[in-house]
Amino acid sequence: MFQNVIDMDLISPQLLASEQLTIAESSAKVAYVVAAVLFVLSLAGLSKQTTARGGNILGIIGMLLAIGATIFGMMVGGYEMMVVAIAAAVVVGAVLAVRVPMTGMPELVAMLHSFVGLAAVLVGISSHIDTHGDVPSSERLIHDIEIFIGVFIGAITFTGSIIAFLKLRGTIGGKPLTLPGRHVINVLMAAACIGLGVWFCQESHNPDGSHNADGQAMTALLVMTGIASLIGVHLVMAIGGADMPVVVSMLNSYSGWAASAAGFMLKNHLLIATGALVGSSGAILSYIMCAAMNRSFISVILGGFGGGGGSGPAAKVEGTVTEFSVDDTVDMLEEASSIVIVPGYGMAVAQAQHSLAEVVKILQAKSKQVRFAIHPVAGRLPGHMNVLLAEANVPYDIVLEMDEINDDMPDTDAVLVIGANDIVNPAALEDPNSPIAGMPVLEVWSAANCVVMKRGLATGYAGVDNPLFYKDNTQMLFGDAKQNVDAILRALQGN
Amino acid sequence: MKVGVTKEIYPGECRVAATPETARRLIEKQGFEVAVQSGAGVFASFPDESYQSAGCQIVDSADQIWNESDIILKVRSPEESEVEQLRPGTTLISFLAPGQSPKLLDSIASRKASAIAIEAVPRISRAQKLDALSSMANIAGYRAVVEAAGLFGRFFTGQITAAGKVPPAKVLVIGAGVAGLSAIGTARGLGAIVRAFDVRPEVADQVKSMGADFLMLEFESDETGGTSGGYAKTMSKEFIDAEMALFAAQAKEVDIIITTALIPGRPAPKLITREMVESMRPGSVVVDLAAEQGGNCECTVPNEVANHHGVHIIGYSDLASRLANTSSQLYGTNLVHLLDEMGGAEGFKFDMEDVVIRSATVVKDGEVTWPPPPVSVSAAPSQTPAPETPKEIEPASKTPWGKITMLGIVILSLVGVAMTQNSGFITDFTVFLLSCIIGWQVIWNVSASLHTPLMSVTNAISGIIIVGGMVQVGVSSSPAIWLGAIAIFVATINISGGFLVTHRMLKMFRK
Repeated sequence: MFQNVIDMDLISPQLLASEQLTIAESSAKVAYVVAAVLFVLSLAGLSKQTTARGGNILGIIGMLLAIGATIFGMMVGGYEMMVVAIAAAVVVGAVLAVRVPMTGMPELVAMLHSFVGLAAVLVGISSHIDTHGDVPSSERLIHDIEIFIGVFIGAITFTGSIIAFLKLRGTIGGKPLTLPGRHVINVLMAAACIGLGVWFCQESHNPDGSHNADGQAMTALLVMTGIASLIGVHLVMAIGGADMPVVVSMLNSYSGWAASAAGFMLKNHLLIATGALVGSSGAILSYIMCAAMNRSFISVILGGFGGGGGSGPAAKVEGTVTEFSVDDTVDMLEEASSIVIVPGYGMAVAQAQHSLAEVVKILQAKSKQVRFAIHPVAGRLPGHMNVLLAEANVPYDIVLEMDEINDDMPDTDAVLVIGANDIVNPAALEDPNSPIAGMPVLEVWSAANCVVMKRGLATGYAGVDNPLFYKDNTQMLFGDAKQNVDAILRALQGN
Repeated sequence: MKVGVTKEIYPGECRVAATPETARRLIEKQGFEVAVQSGAGVFASFPDESYQSAGCQIVDSADQIWNESDIILKVRSPEESEVEQLRPGTTLISFLAPGQSPKLLDSIASRKASAIAIEAVPRISRAQKLDALSSMANIAGYRAVVEAAGLFGRFFTGQITAAGKVPPAKVLVIGAGVAGLSAIGTARGLGAIVRAFDVRPEVADQVKSMGADFLMLEFESDETGGTSGGYAKTMSKEFIDAEMALFAAQAKEVDIIITTALIPGRPAPKLITREMVESMRPGSVVVDLAAEQGGNCECTVPNEVANHHGVHIIGYSDLASRLANTSSQLYGTNLVHLLDEMGGAEGFKFDMEDVVIRSATVVKDGEVTWPPPPVSVSAAPSQTPAPETPKEIEPASKTPWGKITMLGIVILSLVGVAMTQNSGFITDFTVFLLSCIIGWQVIWNVSASLHTPLMSVTNAISGIIIVGGMVQVGVSSSPAIWLGAIAIFVATINISGGFLVTHRMLKMFRK
């Protein structure tokens, strides 16, 4: 009658039992959960300027909590080394944070990414040499794979970010390095790493099951580190300077995955969760950047420029440009009642944003509506132009994104384009064969009048001619952006 | 070189070919000497003293100007008496109507002089600053509205007052060239409701940008309304019938009609018939800017204000002259640019290779050089052999294959995870997956203006790898400890640098 009763002996005991922790370990794990929640809230705070600073504070609290929890709950020794390392690094980080100019943010971000990659590599190798705690034999393989993947991602992130840093600095040129057969090279290197991985997993344990830290496993690991480093270098060298915003976002994402992989390796849920948060963040930013250039992520990453172009040659651009003087531009601004300014990275390079902010104040005092229009890929980092303008004390409520302001262009009296070229190029919308075809752009030509400030008639980053300059309602103000903006400021102050 | 400016002798002409301002530019920037006949600028509100302060010589008689000048600037075509005073080798610049005055060109040629017809300057972008037809048409369009408002018995703008509601005036502008667009702008400025029509459909955008409605004909045709010179041309009968029907319907509704339709070298087309005028309400106004070429309205009396069934029809042909101060200033500036193109005082010459100079020069050294070879100017797209449908610009990626591959990868990963048969790993994987989803949701809400602080704060947070270093620094093996220590060091740079720089950036954002 009771043959259907479930035989308790057949159910795996592990399903019902759980690990017993010390009180310190237990508290530490709970603290980790709180830290993870704080990190999520920190990122959520960035949805608005008003809550952003509070979000940053929450992140700091979370980090301190996590470090404290680790000291008291997880660490077993090495406190002195830790204190020395932390103390020295806090000073270095603070100095960097305080001294870097806003135009140097892309380089700083790239450098910080490389540190995360480096740390992941070091932690991985260290974990292979001497794992903290015991790894049960059934889990050895998984543990080895986790170490291997962690070091792999970490190495790519490390060297890739260094190359990105050098490219942003200008030490390496912006032209992509397109070796013949570069896809084949990448595939071969990846295959070699996989092969090394297999070898690593086989060699990292002696026949009796004990861990083998020296010897062939280590060699495999180190060789793989070298190859992965090369992959990182090659990957980023093959991407052109124009795609830097995508590259930096991508490396941001990778640094997150590297941290996550380290978390798997160390069985640390906080590392896993936090790494995943950062990884998704970078992935989203990369996606936004690619959508803003109408190019697929794969085409950007796998190399070079030009995923949106059609098969034919781009349309030739012909015509004459009308030149404006500073006085003509001032007249146009004074007669306009609605003005939009489109800044590009060239404005930041010329350091014209501070004078420009003064110009904006004067125009606003004359009851004109002045707004800024920011294209998603303006600058070298997502959101870079916003930070540069904030540094110049431009109030953030007049700085609008492309989607918010493009519809208002036909109602605008005057547009001033400073140091921007490809992001206001109508060929993106009109010429299916242009290399930038399909890229959403700021439609400045629909305004009543547009003045473009440029050094000369040379092409922009993308090397594409710009029909905007030849339109009837567009005039060119040639010369250095800072000098011209200063002259406009003087003229407006004089009137 | 000496430039001379005479007083205009055409009856009623108030403009003068140079103002004190333009004369100053000729003297200071181009090195000319300028002589002005006494009283030349009086009707344009430029007294002799202003010319003198600008550096001009005031001369009592026109004869002296004709005898002593190398270049003579005028507004109106010269009378016979004036042509007889042209010395050989001198240059006359003025409006000449070269297509309609072959005899005039011959008599100038017989004097062995040269002449430039300012209205023959080609309508290309480069020559816009020399284009006197545009500058005068701009003024005429403006003045047309002013004259209409002066005669019209109502407000142009609508008003709601305590004493009742006043409807806005409705204005129809025929012809959206320079004069038409100027009239549209002026009428809009006064607050009227404005609609416009032109045979060239490509001007619709310009009309709309001025705030007026563009009236379209219900008419299928391959005709383009424009010539290669940017002017309208005569249209087919079907087109004209549809056009007239449109005007007839409009005439019943609007209060003011301003017509500007001209065809070069031909009489102006009759667009507003007697019946249409009779269908307008009494008190309405028609301003006919084509009066000098016969007029667009059948009721137009040139140079007068006619009245037909209570409708005023303004046929003034001197609208620019009625705004003499501004029109002299603009015309004078056109001439300054022309003389600049020709080399100024030092390098004055007729460069017949230059298409602008070649088109405008009608007599050179006693030879008639009119007509010049045609110049192509285009606001309209040039005729394509067959209309090509433009290739659709597609958004990148978004292929179904991409989605299928993604789905395949996801399924394979899940299978792989299940095959580990390890509860620890599956737990870790669960944490990972859920964190990715949380991250995805939260990050999409981040304001685009804060993306750079986002990157620096995620850098700081990814310094959490310090935990890995801290764990490893407590193991027994010495190399492992050192690696852990270095990891702590670089991770802390991220943490301290990342949070501090984020804080610094966020502080800068202010409203």
